[in-house]
Amino acid sequence: MSDVALDALERRGIGLSVCAVSHAYRGLKALEGIDIEIPPGEVTVVVGPSGCGKSTLLGILGGLVAQEAGEVVLHGDPGADCLNPLTYVFQDFALLPWRSVAGNVSLVLEDHAMDKAARAARVAEVLALTGLTEFADAWPRQLSGGMRQRVGIARALAVRPAVLLMDEPLSALDAQTRDLLLDEFAALIARTGVTTVYVTHNLPEAVRLGHSIVVLGRRPGRVREIIRIDMPLAERRPDDTALMAIEQRLWALLRDDAAEAARELA
Amino acid sequence: MLQDRRVPFRASGYNPQTYGAISLLTLIATIALWQLAASQGWISTQFASSPEAILQSLRNLYASGELWEHLSASLQRLAIGWVIGTITGIIFGLLLGLFSIARSSGMALVSALFPIPKIALVPLFIIWFGIGEGSKIVTLVFGVFFPTVINTVAGVDAVPRGLIRMGQSFGLRPLSIVAKIVLPGALPSIFAGFRITTATAIVLLVAAEMIGAEHGIGAFVLQAGNLYATDDLLAGIVVLSLLGLCVSFVVGQLERVLLRWR
Repeated sequence: MSDVALDALERRGIGLSVCAVSHAYRGLKALEGIDIEIPPGEVTVVVGPSGCGKSTLLGILGGLVAQEAGEVVLHGDPGADCLNPLTYVFQDFALLPWRSVAGNVSLVLEDHAMDKAARAARVAEVLALTGLTEFADAWPRQLSGGMRQRVGIARALAVRPAVLLMDEPLSALDAQTRDLLLDEFAALIARTGVTTVYVTHNLPEAVRLGHSIVVLGRRPGRVREIIRIDMPLAERRPDDTALMAIEQRLWALLRDDAAEAARELA
Repeated sequence: MLQDRRVPFRASGYNPQTYGAISLLTLIATIALWQLAASQGWISTQFASSPEAILQSLRNLYASGELWEHLSASLQRLAIGWVIGTITGIIFGLLLGLFSIARSSGMALVSALFPIPKIALVPLFIIWFGIGEGSKIVTLVFGVFFPTVINTVAGVDAVPRGLIRMGQSFGLRPLSIVAKIVLPGALPSIFAGFRITTATAIVLLVAAEMIGAEHGIGAFVLQAGNLYATDDLLAGIVVLSLLGLCVSFVVGQLERVLLRWR
């Protein structure tokens, strides 16, 4: 990704507290007593087996799911230019097919009092940052999955988010695109320092991006363990033995639940 | 012992194409056959006229100014009735598509009123709105309104919920969500409705003009029929067919422009 205007996107000092959050769907407990501190400027990855409530938790953080109990508190001032403090990046991209790439990115900006030139400048800035400048006028249907997700990222960055909420953003992509985009995410997050909550079931993604990895157990989803990784994102390599050991530890924690989930889904 | 065999291709067919030349040839051949049948006396021109006579009748109607007199009256009614029916239909469709109470009450009414053949209501509209323009316009509005409502509701229902959630997650205002997500998302279904409502509107226009109108293609066709002037009658029908084709072309062009993202 381009270096253009990275400084303008830097946003530090915004953290989140998830306090005793519980949720149920039609009487079935999905999440119970979730307490997590999401430190400012860090990536908190949430992993867990299918049906453990990872996406529900992210929905609660983003205000898209009303929790039954507990609260989510945002710490710090997102700044005057932040148009949407808690900003989602969606698994299925959620792009408007009737808007061009630039149109999708400017969608939210149009809803705010911002003159045309400032809006165009901000759109150009995030398109450059995500390597989409030459695709500004393309329709989403003309783009590959990886490029569509770049548009999703550009749209999210355009609102100067305080916290990025990423819901399995790479799961709809092929393995090669996923690896490439994962490196770009890591670089972008490291450079901007934006606080990020990243939900995934993919353990290599978790150890590649996470400063903290929250492991959820299933039915109801509870925090089983929180693993810290202090290695800087820029230094992480897929063949790093320390990271591989953490990945194995995560798998050991999740294996039984994942097997149970697979049997249930089958 | 097994023999080597080439694997045959099995996936042909089930993918019909339209060849323009064949379409045109079919149309020309049909008209030529009709002309031949009329000139050879195989069919009675008293009942079916001939393409040549119909063309002559159209020329005469054009030269006398009668064609424009009837056509302009019909076009005016069609435009006013269709536009009012479409705009109100889209507004009601959006309300029914977005709000539970509007949907609960509105869909019951729409379901009850939609199946009524609108032509049956023309005499009632004449009692309510008089024999003049009012009853004819209301007939068209009524005929266009219900399919538009139904297609708009279906269109709103077809908008992926994920896109609406996206708008909400970015804190878009409710009106922006409707204008920038729901309405454009419902547009393909609304346009599918336009194809139905333009055809319905022409049918109702002719029916309404046949009951108490001095001018209009429907009135002209009825008058020609009463006089056994099959040349004029069929000329009127040709005008209606061309009108239908023109309207369909305009809708198609609008669709190409507004739905070019598909």
